Amino acid sequence: MFDTIMLLAMFLLTISIVIALFRVIKGPSIHDRVLALDSIGYLIIGIVAVLSIMLDSHAYLETILLIGILAFLSTIALSRYMERGVVIGRKSDD
Amino acid sequence: MGANQMIEILVASLIMIGTIMTLFASLGILRLPDVYNRAHASTKSATLGILCILLGAFLYFLFTHGVSSIRLLLGIVFVFLTAPVAGHLIIRSAFRSKVPLADISVQNDLQDYLDSQEAEEEQADEEQPVTEQAPNNDSATHEADIRQHEAEAAK
Repeated sequence: MFDTIMLLAMFLLTISIVIALFRVIKGPSIHDRVLALDSIGYLIIGIVAVLSIMLDSHAYLETILLIGILAFLSTIALSRYMERGVVIGRKSDD
Repeated sequence: MGANQMIEILVASLIMIGTIMTLFASLGILRLPDVYNRAHASTKSATLGILCILLGAFLYFLFTHGVSSIRLLLGIVFVFLTAPVAGHLIIRSAFRSKVPLADISVQNDLQDYLDSQEAEEEQADEEQPVTEQAPNNDSATHEADIRQHEAEAAK
C-alpha cells in the first residue's frame, strides 16, 4: 500500500512537470518560461525526495539541496539579465 | 495497528497532500491568464507542496532509520526562504519589462505610482537646472593644462 502511494505520488509529480513543460514551450513571454522552469526545479526536488523514500536510502538527500540552490541561482541570474541586460552590474542603485 | 503502520500513514498522507498541492500549482501555471497570476499559483502553492513532501521524507527517515537528516532540514529552510524571493524577482523583471496584464484586470496601482513618481522627477528637473558639472570642468582644465605643456614644449 505504501509503495503504491509513493508510485502514485511520483506519477502525479511527473504529470505536473509535463504540464509545466507545456508552459515552457508555449509561454507568450520569456518570463512565463522562466517561471515554469523555476517551478520545474522545485518539482524535481519533490521527485528526488519521493525517490529516496521508495529506494529506502538517504544517500540522495544532498541532491535536494544542490538542485534547490541551482534553481534559485539560475532564476535570479535570468531575471536580472532580463530586467537590466547584465547579470553582475557595477552600479547598485539602478 | 503497530507504530510502524502509523508512521507510514502519516508519511503517506503528508506526501499525498504535497503532491496534490503541486499538481494544482501546475494546473494554475497552465490555466491562469497572465504571468502575474501564474506566479501567484507557482510560488505559493508549489512552495507549500514541496515543504509537505520534504517534511514527509524527513519524518520517514527519522522514524524508520533513526536518522535526523540535517541536509533535509537545510533543504526545507532553503526552499522556504528562496522560492518567494525568486518569484518576486521574476515578477519584478516582468513588470519592469512591461509585460502586459490580462484583459480582465481592473486595477494597476503600481503603474499609477510609478507614473506619478516619474512626473515628480520631471518637475524637479525643470525647477533645478543641472549644476553638477564638476567632472567635465576637471577634464576641461586638465586638457587645457596638457595643451599649455605642449605649447611650452614646442617653444
